[in-house]
Amino acid sequence: MSTATKTPTVPDSRTTSKGARLLGDRRLPVLVTATLFLAMYIAGLSRYTNYGFGEPQVFLNLFIDNGYLLVAAVGATFVILSGGIDLSVGSVIGFTTMLTAWLVEKQGLPILVVIPIALGVGAFGGFLMGYVIHNFEIQPFIVTLAGLFLFRGLCLVISKESISIGDASVSSMAQAQASLGVGFLSVGAIVSLVVLAVAFYVLHYTRFGRRVYAIGGNEQSAMLMGLPQGGTKIAVYTVSGFCSALAGLLFTLYIQSGDPLHATGMELDAIAAVVIGGTLLTGGSGYILGTLFGVLVLGLIKSIIQFEGTLSSWWTKIATGVLLCAFILIQRAMTTRKKT
Amino acid sequence: MAEPLPVLEMTGIVKEFPGVRALSGVDFRLFPGEIHALMGENGAGKSTLIKVLTGVYSLDGGTVTLDGKAVRIGSPLQAQQAGISTVYQEVNLCPNLSVAENIFIGREPTRAGRIQWKRMRKEAAELVDRLGLDIDVTAPLSSYPLAVQQLVAIVRSVGTGDSDGAGAGTKVLVLDEPTSSLDRDEVLELFRLMRQLRDEGVAILFVSHFLDQIYEICDRMTVLRNGALVGEHLVSELDQVGLIHLMIGKAMDQLEELHEHQLHADVGEALLHADGLGRTGGIAPFDLEIKKGEVVGLAGLLGSGRTELARLLFGADQPDSGKVTIGGKQVSMSAPNDAISAGVAFCSENRKTEGLVPDLTVRENIILALQAARGWTRPIPAAQRDELVAKYIKALDIRPANPEARVGQLSGGNQQKVLLARWLITQPKLLILDEPTRGIDVGAKAEIQKLVVSLSEEGMSVLYIAAELEEVLRLSHTIGVLRDRKLVAQIANGPEITPTRILETIASGEHQ
Ligand SMILES: Nc1ncnc2c1ncn2[C@@H]1O[C@H](COP(=O)(O)OP(=O)(O)O)[C@@H](O)[C@H]1O
Ligand SMILES: [Mg+2]
Repeated sequence: MSTATKTPTVPDSRTTSKGARLLGDRRLPVLVTATLFLAMYIAGLSRYTNYGFGEPQVFLNLFIDNGYLLVAAVGATFVILSGGIDLSVGSVIGFTTMLTAWLVEKQGLPILVVIPIALGVGAFGGFLMGYVIHNFEIQPFIVTLAGLFLFRGLCLVISKESISIGDASVSSMAQAQASLGVGFLSVGAIVSLVVLAVAFYVLHYTRFGRRVYAIGGNEQSAMLMGLPQGGTKIAVYTVSGFCSALAGLLFTLYIQSGDPLHATGMELDAIAAVVIGGTLLTGGSGYILGTLFGVLVLGLIKSIIQFEGTLSSWWTKIATGVLLCAFILIQRAMTTRKKT
Repeated sequence: MAEPLPVLEMTGIVKEFPGVRALSGVDFRLFPGEIHALMGENGAGKSTLIKVLTGVYSLDGGTVTLDGKAVRIGSPLQAQQAGISTVYQEVNLCPNLSVAENIFIGREPTRAGRIQWKRMRKEAAELVDRLGLDIDVTAPLSSYPLAVQQLVAIVRSVGTGDSDGAGAGTKVLVLDEPTSSLDRDEVLELFRLMRQLRDEGVAILFVSHFLDQIYEICDRMTVLRNGALVGEHLVSELDQVGLIHLMIGKAMDQLEELHEHQLHADVGEALLHADGLGRTGGIAPFDLEIKKGEVVGLAGLLGSGRTELARLLFGADQPDSGKVTIGGKQVSMSAPNDAISAGVAFCSENRKTEGLVPDLTVRENIILALQAARGWTRPIPAAQRDELVAKYIKALDIRPANPEARVGQLSGGNQQKVLLARWLITQPKLLILDEPTRGIDVGAKAEIQKLVVSLSEEGMSVLYIAAELEEVLRLSHTIGVLRDRKLVAQIANGPEITPTRILETIASGEHQ
C-alpha cells in the first residue's frame, strides 16, 4: 500500500458553511449550556453583589444543594443516551429515604450497613425494569411508569408517616464538611462529583460506555454489529436504579428524614437537567459534562430566585419550562440538519 | 479433480414468518476463495437466508456446517466470532459514532479495561488506508454520504477478527446488496477489495440486483425463487437470459403464447414529458413521454426500478434531477399533491399499507381522494357522494355491492377495485397502476385489464406496471424496459414483440 500522505476527505462536502458545521458539532449544546450558566452567574453577580452573591460559598452551595439531583441526572444520562427513559427516579429516591430512615430509626441498623442495602435495592429495581424492557420488548416509558407507582407504593408500605432521623452518626455525616479554603463542600457534594467523574470515565473509556452510545444511535444496528445490546440495556437501567438509590441516600442526608412523598416528580427535574445539558432525548448524542451544567443551571435558577426574595418559588418551574423548550428547539435544529 | 471442501454448508434451511414461508429447504454452500452470488427477485429470500446464517433469525429447520463442523449460530456476535462478517442490506452502523468507532466497536483495543483511543484511531486509519480508501476516521459517520457509510460497513466487516479477542479472523464475508447506493467508481473500489480478499482465501457471498456486476465479479451463483432453491451454477456456464429465466421461473415456450388483442390506435398528443428525471439510489435519469390515451407498460425484474420510476412521476419521492411537464405545464413534483392536482393518480402496489384504510367503509375509501382534491373544508354533498360511489361500485362490479362494507373484509381483487375507484372518481389524466393484479384471482385480473383498455380508449393515459410480461404486452402501446435501475429501452409494441424479445432486452440491456 502506498505510504504517501493523503489529504483527508472533507466530511460531507455539502456542509462547508461555518455555521452549519458548528450546528453539526455534537459538543455545541454543552457549550451553549455552559455559556448560559456563565451568563446567568455574571448577571447574578452584577445584580446581587451587595447581598453576597459573589461569595465563593454561594457557588459551592450549588453542589451542596443539588448533589442528589446531579447523581440522579447522571443515571438518567445513561438511560437517555441509550435511547430510553426512566420515570422511576423520583420514586426510587423517595423509597430510599423511607427505607433508610426506617432501617436506621426503627430497626436500629448502623448507617454503614444501611447504605449498601439501599444501593442494592435500587440497583436491583433498575435491573428488574431493564430485564422486563429487554426481554418482553416493552416500551421503557411503560415499564418505568410501573416502577414509579410501585416504589411510591412501597414507601407507604413502610410507613404512611414521615420518619425523621435522629441517629448521631447520620447527622455527623450530614454535617461533615470538606474545607476548600474559600469555602466548603458537604459529603453529598463530594460524592456527586465522584459519581460524575466515574460516569465520565465509564462513558468514554470503557466498552460498556461506548455500547450505550451505540444502542442509542441505532439499536438495530448495534445488534447487527454483534454488540450485546440486551445486556447493555439492562445494565443501563441498573446504573440508573443505582444512581437513584444513591441520590436517595444523599437526599436523606440533606434533609435528614424519610417521607413517602419525598422527591415526587424529581425524575422530571433529572430529565430536564439532562436535556438542558444537551443530550438528545432520542439517544446516542450527549455528554455527561453537559448534565453537570444542566444541573448547575437549574440550581442557579433556584438560587437567583431566592436572592430575588420577592419571587415565588414556582418561578423556578416556569424558568425550567422555558429553558427546556428552548433546548428542545436547539435539538430539533441539530437533528434536522443531520438529516439533510 | 476433487472439489475442495466447502467452508460453509447450509442444508435444508427452513424459515417461517407468520403467514410467510420465507425459506423452504434451501441448500447453499460456499467455497474458500470464491465470490458466490446469491440471486433471486425481490422477496425470494436472499436477505432472510443471510440473516439465518448470521444468527439474526433463528432457524426453523436445517443445518449449518462451518469448516466441516455443525454449528448453531444464535446471534450476530456469535457469527462474528465464528469468522462470518456481514454487511446487511440496510446500513447497519451507528451514525452518531465516529468512523473509527464504527469500525472497532465491540472489539476496541483496551488496556486494563480502558479504551485506547489513540491506538484505535491509528489502527482504523491504517485499515482504511490498507483498503485504499480515503476517509477521515475521526469524523462522525453521519457526516459522510450513504455510499461512504456503506464502504465503512465493509471495512468493519473486513477488519473483524483483526484485533484482539475476536477469534477466528474473517473466513466468510457476506455482502447483501452493498452496491445499490454506490456509484461506478465506488463499485470498482469495492470489487478491487473483494478480489483482494478472495485471493487471500476469504469466501465471499455477494448479493446484487445488477446482473452485470454478477457477471463481472462472481465465480458461482445460487438462484432462489419464492424461498426455494432453484439451482447452483458456475457463472461461466449460465448466460444472462438463462439466469433471468431461473429467477422468474418460466420456461421460454410458456412465455411465447401470444394473445390476440387489438390495441386501439387513436393515441393522442403528448400528455406527460419527463426530462432527465432521476433520483440517486432510486433510478437513473430517464426521458419518458406518455401520450393521451396511451398505455405505457413497464417491464423489468422486481427491484429493477419500476416502482421507483412511478413514484417519481407521482411526487412520492423527490427527484434530484430533471423536470416533468404535464399538459404543457411544468409540475414541481415536490409532493403527491402537485401530481394529483396535475391530474395524476397512483395505485400503489402495497394496497394494504399505502393505499386503503381497512377499517373504513368502501364508501369512505372511495371518496377519500376526491375529498382530498377538493380540500377538507368543502365536503362533498351527501347525495352527490352516494350517487358517485354507487356508480363506481356498479361500473367496477365491486362485490359485495355495499358501500357500507368494511374494506378490510373484501377480497384482494375487490380491494384493488376500491382503490381504482377512488382514483377514477377524481377523473385523472394519467393513471399509474403499480402491480394492480398482484395477488388477485384470475377473474378479477381479467376485469381490471379490460378496464385499463376501456379507460385508455376513453382517452385516459395509463402507466402500467406488472410482473408478468404477457400482461404488459397485452395492454401496452409502448413498453419501457428497466434494468439495474435504468430505463434501458422504450419499445413500440407490435406483432413482432414477444416476451422473449423483452426478456432479451432485460438481459442484455439493449433492444435490437
Ligand atoms: N421480519 C420479517 N417478518 C415477516 N416476513 C418477512 C420478514 N423478513 C422477510 N420477510 C418475508 O420473507 C420473504 C423474503 O424476504 P427477503 O429475504 O427480504 O427477500 P430478498 O432479500 O430476496 O429480497 C418476503 O416475502 C418477505 O416479505
Ligand atoms: Mg434483500
